[in-house]
Amino acid sequence: MSTAALTARASQGFNLGASLRRNRRWALITSYIFLIVFAIFFLIPPYYMVVTALKSDAEVARMATNPWIIADGITFDQFKILLTQTDFLIFFKNTVIVTLCTVAITMVVSVFAAFSLGRMRFWGSSILATGIFLTYLVPDTLLFIPLFQIVKWLGLLNSYWGMVLVYPTLTVPFCTWIMIGYFQSIPKELDEAALIDGAGHLQMLTKIFIPVALPGIIAAMIFAFTVSWAAFVYPMTFLYSADQQVLTVGTVTSLIRGDVYKWGMLMAGALVAAAPPLVIYAFLMDYYIAGLTAGATKG
Amino acid sequence: MADTVQTWSPDLQGSLPGISASASARRGLRLFMRRRSSIAFLMCLPLIVIIAGLVLYPACYSIYLSMLNKAQTRFIGLDNFTFLLSRDVFRQVVEQTAIFALSAVFFKALIGLITAHLINNLPAKGQRKWRGMLLVPWVIPLALSSLGWWWLFDPTHSALNYVLSSLGFDEIPWLSSPYWARFSVILVNVWYGAPFFLIMYLAALKSVPEQLYEAAAIDGANAWQKFIHITLPMMRNIIAITVLFSLIVTFANFDIVQIMTAGGPRNMTHVFATYAFMLGIRSGDLPLGAATSLFMFPILAIAAIFILRGVRKRGREIG
Repeated sequence: MSTAALTARASQGFNLGASLRRNRRWALITSYIFLIVFAIFFLIPPYYMVVTALKSDAEVARMATNPWIIADGITFDQFKILLTQTDFLIFFKNTVIVTLCTVAITMVVSVFAAFSLGRMRFWGSSILATGIFLTYLVPDTLLFIPLFQIVKWLGLLNSYWGMVLVYPTLTVPFCTWIMIGYFQSIPKELDEAALIDGAGHLQMLTKIFIPVALPGIIAAMIFAFTVSWAAFVYPMTFLYSADQQVLTVGTVTSLIRGDVYKWGMLMAGALVAAAPPLVIYAFLMDYYIAGLTAGATKG
Repeated sequence: MADTVQTWSPDLQGSLPGISASASARRGLRLFMRRRSSIAFLMCLPLIVIIAGLVLYPACYSIYLSMLNKAQTRFIGLDNFTFLLSRDVFRQVVEQTAIFALSAVFFKALIGLITAHLINNLPAKGQRKWRGMLLVPWVIPLALSSLGWWWLFDPTHSALNYVLSSLGFDEIPWLSSPYWARFSVILVNVWYGAPFFLIMYLAALKSVPEQLYEAAAIDGANAWQKFIHITLPMMRNIIAITVLFSLIVTFANFDIVQIMTAGGPRNMTHVFATYAFMLGIRSGDLPLGAATSLFMFPILAIAAIFILRGVRKRGREIG
């Protein structure tokens, strides 16, 4: 920037300041307008699901009135029917068991593996780290047919324990990958100090790495939870009886009986099934986003 | 602990290579390194077992399976693949998967980029609230929100058509006309996937050094010039990684199509995953289903290689 240009700019500085402020305000207003448009697009389905779930069957079936509002008053009948007259609670229980087991397995496996790959190194460890990342990119729809055969051999077809077996393939690679990143960011001086104090590897992991990398562990847990809660391909393929079914598939298939769709109850089911991940995000969103975007923000 | 002394001797040796250590220390070091790497290997063992047993093995088994006949009694070579390629429906599946994945990823990336910029423009206080609100589609399990969309598209009660007809437009046969059904499944995918791009781009935007924009502002650059000459080059790698990653996920998507159309009308909305499910699980021809899935592999592998290159490059830039 030349001095001549600077002085020229300074002479019209006052004017520029005022127009800049005006520009900034206009930019802000247009930002808000567009954001509202996008927010409407993003929130229409959840809003409509809530509205439908709070209506009576008669109002859902009625075609004349505006479907976007509740005209006859709010009713919780749909939720009552859902919880008392359907297998929904069984699905819910199964999903909780499968998800908790998957999260526990995932965390144990990936914390140990990440500690070993991120800090200790052994023959072939860098190839393994790359392999883990590539495994994360393998979609479940590529493997569900051979896995169907394998699960059948193991006698776990139509059992939710089969889900506990196969879900870690969806969660472990990514959780290990982000844990490696978190562990590597811990300064080497810390483990040297621990070693001098006579700590073994296991102590080093439990006393230093896990506490220091706690945000990463939380992010990995949320990921494992979300993925196993929302998994659809595997239960759709491997489970077919109601007592073994999980929420996603159960809500979409079993609650639909015959040709008459009870949309109010279906939407109530979808909302209750979606509630746990929503609640977790509401409280822990920042951890999760930090873990997910770690690669994007570093640097 | 017995190995305390040995434990820190390698570090001493590593940092001071000129000092000659005694023979016993060297033996201790070798022993320690061997122990250390076997502990490390043991810690990785569960992961290796999971990946080898439930990813690598099924992947290889899938190739073998795809070369059997329907009853899995006879080896038929590549007949399943040639059979698929000769079918019109399969060609339609390839076409629809390409349309579905490419257009959905394009619009997801576009909406993600726009919304990330809009949020980044806001004062810092309000950003978190807006981000949380726009992330909702991505937080609801896709199978359940697909059910919600299905209800919005319901042929007799469609709430979207209610709005259209009260505004004086024609009603739209969202899922019953083949081309509208294609549009609808893409729309739902964009709705679901755009927030992921939003958070990735928002994080990348925050990592662009503020000084660059200040320097550009002093040079008299307008918003568009700043975007083209600073934001885009700084975010290029993240955009590439996110797009390729989303391409894989979208390409392999199953939930939306399976729930809303199950491939219909007239097989027009089938993607690889749903077609493989129909052939392999519903019709019980596992080998043919496996062959259908395997057609995804080359495209996924190419995308994966590029992602890996991008991630490595990003790693070098950071490190």
